[in-house]
Amino acid sequence: MSAPFIGIRGLSKSYMRGERALPVLKNINLDIAEGEFLALMGPSGSGKSTLLNLIAGIDRADEGSIDIEGVDITTLGEASLTAWRSDHVGFIFQFYNLIPVLTALENVELPLVLKEMSRKERKERASLLLGLVGLSERVDHYPGQLSGGEQQRVAIARAMVTDPSILVADEPTGDLDRASAEEVLNLMRRVNEEFGKVVIMVTHDPRAAEKAHVIRHLEKGVLNAAPH
Amino acid sequence: MAIPISYSIKSLVTRKLTTALTAGGMALVVFVFAATTMLAEGLEKTLVETGSRQNAVVTRKGAPSEVQSSVTREQASIIESMPGIAAGAQGGRLAAKEIVVLISLTKRGTDKPSNVVIRGISSASAALREQVRLTEGRMPRPGTYEIIAGSSIARRFEGAKRGETLAFATRQWRVVGIFDAGATGFSSEIWGDADSLMQAFRRPVYSSVILKMADPLMFEDIKKAVESDPRLTLEAKRETEFYAEQSKAMSTFLRIMGTSLTVIFSLGAIIGAMITMYSAVANRISEIGTLRALGFHRSSILTAFLAESLITGLIGGTAGLVLASFLQFFTISTLNFQTFSELAFSFELSFWTALKSISVALIMGLAGGLLPALKASRMKIVDALRSV
Repeated sequence: MSAPFIGIRGLSKSYMRGERALPVLKNINLDIAEGEFLALMGPSGSGKSTLLNLIAGIDRADEGSIDIEGVDITTLGEASLTAWRSDHVGFIFQFYNLIPVLTALENVELPLVLKEMSRKERKERASLLLGLVGLSERVDHYPGQLSGGEQQRVAIARAMVTDPSILVADEPTGDLDRASAEEVLNLMRRVNEEFGKVVIMVTHDPRAAEKAHVIRHLEKGVLNAAPH
Repeated sequence: MAIPISYSIKSLVTRKLTTALTAGGMALVVFVFAATTMLAEGLEKTLVETGSRQNAVVTRKGAPSEVQSSVTREQASIIESMPGIAAGAQGGRLAAKEIVVLISLTKRGTDKPSNVVIRGISSASAALREQVRLTEGRMPRPGTYEIIAGSSIARRFEGAKRGETLAFATRQWRVVGIFDAGATGFSSEIWGDADSLMQAFRRPVYSSVILKMADPLMFEDIKKAVESDPRLTLEAKRETEFYAEQSKAMSTFLRIMGTSLTVIFSLGAIIGAMITMYSAVANRISEIGTLRALGFHRSSILTAFLAESLITGLIGGTAGLVLASFLQFFTISTLNFQTFSELAFSFELSFWTALKSISVALIMGLAGGLLPALKASRMKIVDALRSV
């Protein structure tokens, strides 16, 4: 059997609450295959967001390893991890996290500033991605002038613009109405199917989770057994 | 790679009011700094330009100004006959025995008296000051109670216009001409015949002897000749140096006052900038988290926030400097407490003053922005993202 796209082994993480260490993740072992759409579910405080943050390289584990495409990201230093994130991970947040002072186009363009790319190329690529999420008409709008669903689509375009291999989404539909949520989920599904991106989504919503290939439940920091 | 500067600029534009208020505070500090520096420079320039490199001033040893100096008639004659003095157009030697006295005159439109320099001149005096031009009337005749007034004096003092009379030293003095000496101290003087003035003031001695050197390189020889002669208890200085020394105490005072005010005021402006920047950081914590997640390094965040603070400083500095530059249209007259006399001078804006003023603004921006920017750059991504 070939190595999984993402291989997590013995991953643990606790937070300090005053003097006491509060375990959030306990000995997590998880394999994610190439092209997989994974939904992480579980009650609040189960550790699903923490697991997502660790895979995305924005938080540090206490123990264990996260092997992604042959690199154990837990061994990377601060600067290397930052560079790794910009190359491999696209982020979709519950509250979109667009920069309010930048237009839709500038928001999508922002991650490309880190790449060796001319201004013209950046603009073209950002416009292309906005077209892909159906927002060609909204390039010059500021986040405040867009609906929640539109903002999340801009965020998806921003997450995709650097052509990362992994898309992480933390409650991407948590702040949206039913119709917008459906639109955003379909878009994520498309990204997964057409572009072969690994999508890892944390969600409360069973309807959202239905879009995924695999649903895993976390409870009190422990991953439930994989379905057979 | 850095976060585009447009991000910093747009963030500043978004909070226009706080940016304007913070920059306004800095503008005030820069204004005070620039104004006092311009004042000190104007004073220095006026007094330095009063002197000529070709001239030497001989005064009593240790006398801080001409008013406090005395040169006897015998001493003056010895000086006059020394070698190295240039010859005038009429063949005479370009050396002038002068007397300088202070009198109190009333300023126009007020009843406030102020000290004015009266200079008793001799035939060579005008030829020694190339910057002096008679703009109205004629020169005073020797042996008469005629005077001419510098343009600043004519403008600002009662009875100093051409055709008017001034009463001092128990006599009436008629103003027969007005002279202009540009931005020099002479424009703030009144000139009359030296002998008439000595008589009127009952002063048996001159104040100084001014001489034009045949060659400015001969100054050291002249100085040696004056200072080594046992009959003379006098000293010789280049005229430029002599007047520069007269501006020293006042300009040093202005600079110290300016710097002290700037330091005190800038502390306030720095605290203001810091509060603004801390609130900018606090309002944008999730933005900072997002930028870090997207792959921007800590240093990029630091730079972006510092840039915001520096741009605020630059805006404030430019505004303050522009405001201060209008001061160039004003002429200040004040008491030069080294000579105890009234001196008119303008604010002088030099390239260096402009550069220093903008630097003060940038330093304020840097000092105000550094701690908030460091705070922003050191945030943990997960914590920052959570604060939506």
